[in-house]
Amino acid sequence: MSQKEQEIKFISGNVAAAYAARSAKVQVISAYPITPQTTVVEKLSDFVDSGDMPAQYIKVESEHSVMAALVGASIAGTRTFSATAGQGLLYMSEMVHWAAGTRLPIVMTIASRGIAPPWNIWADFTDVISQRDAGWLISFASSHQEIYDSVLMAYKICENEEVLLPMFIAYGGFVLSHTSKPVIIEPDNKLEKFLPPLPDEKGWPHIFIDPERPMMHGNLIMPSGFYYEFRMKIHDEMMKSTHIIKQVALEFEKIFGRSYGNGLIQEYKMDDAEVALINIGGLALQAEQAVDELRQEGYKVGSVKLRHFRPFPIDEIINIAKKVDVIGVVDRDTAFGSPTGGAVSSECKSALHNTGIDTIILPIITGIGGREVSVEQQKEEFKILMILEETGELPKDMIHGTLWDGVLEVK
Amino acid sequence: MALRWAMKALGPKTALVAPASCLNVVVGLWPKTAPNFPFINMAFAAAAAAASGISAAFKAKDSKFPGKVWGKMTSLVFAGDGGTTDIGIQGLSGAAERNSDILYVCYDNEAYMNTGIQRSSSTPHGARTTTTPFGKQRFKKNLPAIVAAHNVPYVATCCISYPIDLYEKFKKAKEIKGFRYIHILAPCPPGWGFASEDTVKMGKMAVETGFWILYEVENGEFKLSKPSKKYLDPSKRRPIQEYLEIQKRFNTLSEVGLVKWQENIKNAWKYIELELELKEKKE
Repeated sequence: MSQKEQEIKFISGNVAAAYAARSAKVQVISAYPITPQTTVVEKLSDFVDSGDMPAQYIKVESEHSVMAALVGASIAGTRTFSATAGQGLLYMSEMVHWAAGTRLPIVMTIASRGIAPPWNIWADFTDVISQRDAGWLISFASSHQEIYDSVLMAYKICENEEVLLPMFIAYGGFVLSHTSKPVIIEPDNKLEKFLPPLPDEKGWPHIFIDPERPMMHGNLIMPSGFYYEFRMKIHDEMMKSTHIIKQVALEFEKIFGRSYGNGLIQEYKMDDAEVALINIGGLALQAEQAVDELRQEGYKVGSVKLRHFRPFPIDEIINIAKKVDVIGVVDRDTAFGSPTGGAVSSECKSALHNTGIDTIILPIITGIGGREVSVEQQKEEFKILMILEETGELPKDMIHGTLWDGVLEVK
Repeated sequence: MALRWAMKALGPKTALVAPASCLNVVVGLWPKTAPNFPFINMAFAAAAAAASGISAAFKAKDSKFPGKVWGKMTSLVFAGDGGTTDIGIQGLSGAAERNSDILYVCYDNEAYMNTGIQRSSSTPHGARTTTTPFGKQRFKKNLPAIVAAHNVPYVATCCISYPIDLYEKFKKAKEIKGFRYIHILAPCPPGWGFASEDTVKMGKMAVETGFWILYEVENGEFKLSKPSKKYLDPSKRRPIQEYLEIQKRFNTLSEVGLVKWQENIKNAWKYIELELELKEKKE
């Protein structure tokens, strides 16, 4: 039940997510199994049914009910957790919006996978990106340890009274969910120092279920009512949460000794870099290896891990653009019909608009549906950026202004 | 009306979850609210699961703050027939199978009345709605029987015209742990096409014709409720024509349709007889 000493466990990304929920003293869990998230559900069942974790675990019949149950449990003033992936996230979409609209600090991990048809269960962030406008904070984890750490940070960010919004922590299906790495499981005394206390009997400040203080929530509101203002506040507080995210990352580093940049992005060898590659999830970590190898060959390249997509780190992207002349922005997701076809590159371009910065952004889409992306391939991406920087020459075979790196020829 | 009697029986230590239904409007527009107990409006398909979550949270709070109100709270769903028999049935079935500690109430006015009288799977045969302009072909879905098939601790049918029966059933349901289901027939004047002052009469006729049968299933044990007992004898039942004739929604019902209604009522009672026989054998 309690974790007295720090432990290093050799576990999968999914099991790391389950350990994080246990470390965070989650009170109510609801989940439904879906590949490649299933082992999170299994590990949590082990924890709860063996008495190792004193939580209520509602094993529901669908993902829609997962989020409905957590909305109910969170409104009633408890710390809640779930995990899902791909189709499951899409199926719960109505309640995903409901959770944010109710301003509930629910935390959910996503073992991201491709969207059907055809069936695909491998790494692809289109699932979580499809929920980008729901009012959830969205973060990406690039390592097993980062999954565990991000869940802990998420509760501290989301339960902050200035935020009170839910958060997704997404990581690539199979790449991280089913491979094993050593993960540090932190002891209770350190966790207590870092985590906010569990909600007291009164529950959250803005919403509660209490017969002493009867409250009605969610009834019909006319266009002249405060619906518009409620929506404005979600955006306002989401944008302001960048400060909280930074603060929490700093505090996390102080207590646990692991750094995640400024919380929003993590730079790697960017100080004297001439070109930069921005990635989300596991590919960001792999890109650091590509940077190391290229640096040995004498190339001045740097890598940026985008940790948060919501709120979008506008200032950080502008700062990166000030440092280099060319940025490659890699999407492992699709945003059909958008300016670049990828969500992250479209938003990076948008962030630089009207800033007077003429840094070139090369949108890249890769690894869709779990297609393998090698270090060699990432090194090639860097080289394309360097050619662009030196000669202004764009790669051949661009599709609507975007490099679909690794796409097969389709007749 | 049903809600008033129900809350009288349940008391203020109740958290109510209401999916999209007339109730959302009845309770008043923001920021004016009528109820004096916690009331959560919920997405259409989400009521049973949300109430399960609330119930789980009460349990978590009861273990963290023992001896307080949390162990005595009732998680209540108050849903319409659309939210129960159609879009909400998956979540309802899930909660019933898990035996979630909630009381689920369906107030059945036999169509989507909030959006302007569209057919639901609880709309009876021959009824005209805006989506069955010539009368519905299929029969009403027997949801109480479906829920009872989940082997839950308590299932009951009620009618707003029998408030004492309703009150007693809610009182009983309140004391039971686990999943409880109460299905209330609630005649809807505009939707059914009769004058408001005839609402109680309409509900009484539904029972007196033998169309709506009041019963309880407690831990698998079937019990015919007092108001319906005498209608076990077919000769005591009022002719179903009387019930159908005074509702405008049935004014296109054919002779064949009427025979179908009669057969349907006969079959429903056969099922009741079977249940009672089984019970006798057990005893």
